Amino acid sequence: MRYIRLLHTIQTAISSGFLIAAFVICLSLSPNSAHAMNIQKVKSPGGIEAWLVEEHGVPLIAMRFGFKGGTTQDPKDKTGLAHFVSGMLDEGAGSLKSEEFQERVEDLAVKMSYSAGRDVFTGSFTTLSERRDEAFELLRLALNEPRFDRDAVDRIRGQIIAGLKFDANDPNKVAAKEWFKLAFAGHPYSRAAKGDEDSLKAIASEDLKNYTSRIFAKDNLKISVVGDIDADTLGGLLDKVFGKLPEKSDLISVPEAAPPYGPKRKIIQMKVPQSVAQFGHGGVKRKDKDFVAAYVLNHIIGGGGFASKLMEEVREKRGLAYSVYSYLSPMDYGAAYIGGVATQNNAVGKTLDVIQGVLSHMAQDGPTKDELENSIRYLTGSYALRFDTSSKIASQLLWIQIEDLGSDYIEKRNGLIEAVTMDIIRKVAKRLIKADGLIVTIVGQPENMTESSAPGQPG
Amino acid sequence: MIKIPALTKCYAPFFITFISFLGIAMTSLPTASVAKNISARATHFSLQNGMDVVVISDHRAPVVTHMVWYRVGAADETPGKSGIAHFLEHLLFKGTKEIPSGEFSKIISRNGGQDNAFTGQDMTAYFQRVSKDRLPLVMKMEADRMVNLRLTENDVVTERKVILEERRSRVDNDPSSILSEQMFAALYVSHPYGIPVIGWEDDMKKLNLQDALGFYKHYYAPNNAILVVAGDVNVDEVRKLAEETYGKNAPNNKLAKQNRPPEPKPQAARRVVLKDPRAGQATVQRFYLAPSYLTAEPGEAEALDLLMKIVGSGTTSRIYKKMVVKEKKATSAGGWYSGSGRDSGRIGVYAVAAGETPIEDAEKLLDQVLQDVAANGVTQKELDRARNAYLAEYIYGLDSQSRLARRYGSALVTGGTIQDVEEWPEKLKKVVLGDLQRVAKKYLVEKRSVTGILLPIPKEAADQAPASSSAKKS
Repeated sequence: MRYIRLLHTIQTAISSGFLIAAFVICLSLSPNSAHAMNIQKVKSPGGIEAWLVEEHGVPLIAMRFGFKGGTTQDPKDKTGLAHFVSGMLDEGAGSLKSEEFQERVEDLAVKMSYSAGRDVFTGSFTTLSERRDEAFELLRLALNEPRFDRDAVDRIRGQIIAGLKFDANDPNKVAAKEWFKLAFAGHPYSRAAKGDEDSLKAIASEDLKNYTSRIFAKDNLKISVVGDIDADTLGGLLDKVFGKLPEKSDLISVPEAAPPYGPKRKIIQMKVPQSVAQFGHGGVKRKDKDFVAAYVLNHIIGGGGFASKLMEEVREKRGLAYSVYSYLSPMDYGAAYIGGVATQNNAVGKTLDVIQGVLSHMAQDGPTKDELENSIRYLTGSYALRFDTSSKIASQLLWIQIEDLGSDYIEKRNGLIEAVTMDIIRKVAKRLIKADGLIVTIVGQPENMTESSAPGQPG
Repeated sequence: MIKIPALTKCYAPFFITFISFLGIAMTSLPTASVAKNISARATHFSLQNGMDVVVISDHRAPVVTHMVWYRVGAADETPGKSGIAHFLEHLLFKGTKEIPSGEFSKIISRNGGQDNAFTGQDMTAYFQRVSKDRLPLVMKMEADRMVNLRLTENDVVTERKVILEERRSRVDNDPSSILSEQMFAALYVSHPYGIPVIGWEDDMKKLNLQDALGFYKHYYAPNNAILVVAGDVNVDEVRKLAEETYGKNAPNNKLAKQNRPPEPKPQAARRVVLKDPRAGQATVQRFYLAPSYLTAEPGEAEALDLLMKIVGSGTTSRIYKKMVVKEKKATSAGGWYSGSGRDSGRIGVYAVAAGETPIEDAEKLLDQVLQDVAANGVTQKELDRARNAYLAEYIYGLDSQSRLARRYGSALVTGGTIQDVEEWPEKLKKVVLGDLQRVAKKYLVEKRSVTGILLPIPKEAADQAPASSSAKKS
């Protein structure tokens, strides 16, 4: 593979809001084609709302849904609770015990998975249209009547703890975990999403139940559906699956996080031939007036694969790394601008120097006109690529709703990007990038580096 | 998700994992499809110069996936040059007479496209995803670098550092990857599938410009390549564009079928043990030599696919139910069959020991499950469920043009045909219970196997520099 991002967390964490593509744009890409996506706002008889795109070309239905309130809702002494729940929703519900439930899932060939993000708990559900009603019934059971049987709870806890032991030896995971710990000290964002052995052992069935009854409610729910189903049929199924959930969620209030800035550097020793570094500082939130410009700027710096400055300077010119990247991480109660790189132990200092140089140059001068134009061309031109499968469309529509961008966002999106001028991006670069204020975590055996030296300087 | 931790990805080197993944996709099938906007079947034709072309129409979105697959991979490298196929894949992004060095991906990007490439034991593939009006551009660019690559000494020196970093990321930083690499080396006594796609470090350090150009000139030619275009296109459009671009490239008439050393008959079980402080939990895994779709007796590979789905796929599998749910000796466990190779396939099983469970106990249980299947077979219900799961997977696959492109490309590149892909469902339906037991007895045989044990050992105090406890401001 010529290029991968070694940290897979990024793509999802990132720009929930902005990688979102749209269909109206497809028209501009291909003016003569008849492609148009019609988003229907469906309201069920019971009042559940969802965005629907009918697509009868493939006999499947893809649904995505999200409840506001992710891992930030974990009680302080029970971190890892939301993540734990995400592993328990196919472990038995209603009268079906774990094994029976899973066999049913397999018989129906339904795809069901859950994920606990920092601010939102999401579900992904895909079924063949011919198994529609039975599949939605399984989803209803999972969300309304999860069993959390002792045996299954113990089993999944064991799996998570075993996973943590592997994570503890994975330099990428450790660098990311330590970065958030350092950057957001004292805030729920600093906590390990999967918890730790002690916190997991403190979690019992009642805690899991308590989480679902607090979080799975109607007032914090967003739903998108794409596929072989019409609005009326969907309305009935929405009531069936979500209709009995409590009207109101019961969320712990989360404080605003202090913007994270360094310089700070932490070295975590691990006996590996290649060090992994994560670097970054405060970012911009999704609703920030500068978000779009920051998004374009990040694409130029480290979000655009081979077209990015970091890739050019670190990899293409110097061969210092296989992977180097950056991304914006806008969250509900804070924001970060984060990057990562992996390089052999004796090149860490040099590599961080190069990265810091790119950042400081960007802060001072901003990108060139060419860089801005090329970036806009990519971001607007590749928009339709995010809409070529029913599953992808459903995911995009969910994030538009979660970020509350409005259904006309899809039509406006490319225009917003095109409106980013040299003047704007220079100002935003100055505001966003603080090359001297990086928080850096390094995992490995970096040579000639100390925690007390200035970032990027061999110590 | 947590059912099978990320670790399972490490049971085969990345490239191979990826290909076995394709194998699964490839083995999915068209039923009497309901899909209206997607052609359930691909169209296949050849250009005058011998290049194969496959077109799969999906008119839902105005985008296309364009791929070129070369029938050459790591298994075709000469001894001592391991990694050259993958290294060349990287170098193809440098430049040509038309394209200045380093500009290939930037041009794709400026046109709103995404591109990448990947290398396996049997193939090297390049792809772009673009809006349909940019298809002529990417076809022109890809056809250009098929024959006009320009490399400098500097390109090679810099990019060699990159692949060495890539090796560190993928393998050397991760003990379970190191173990997998060693297991493959032990599994294949003679055949080059035992050599990692990324290459052995010492070989990689010596790869040079001549190695890269030699490999390129011999193997990169239209008569050694397959073009796959999926998405908002029709056959006539693609034919015309292909003739105007790839059609202009001269075939390599000296291209000979690669001679790979055959694998001798397996004689003895092998064991590989890696003790490493970085191992999270004690883990056992085992590979068995098995045939691939291309080398198996008729029906055997289909039976192996079904067998290993029942034995090792997901939480309803025999291994998971026995080891994780019932006996609680493992936190995760499973198995797979990889049948997409040109010369050989593999069966794999694994278990991560629960808590302090001795790894020997976990291995014993794993053996019990396999022996039971060989001795008593599986049930009709299990067979039906596994078969239905594959049928459903095919329909899910229709949602993605990229996945369809890979399904056909990966089949053709190893010598399979469009028919092999499309007739798979019918072949699957012919598999009966007895077939599963027969392949279990025939291939789950000790002497065909390599067992790998990964054991955590205490971190020695002397090895550990003091871990930092707090961050200091500079």
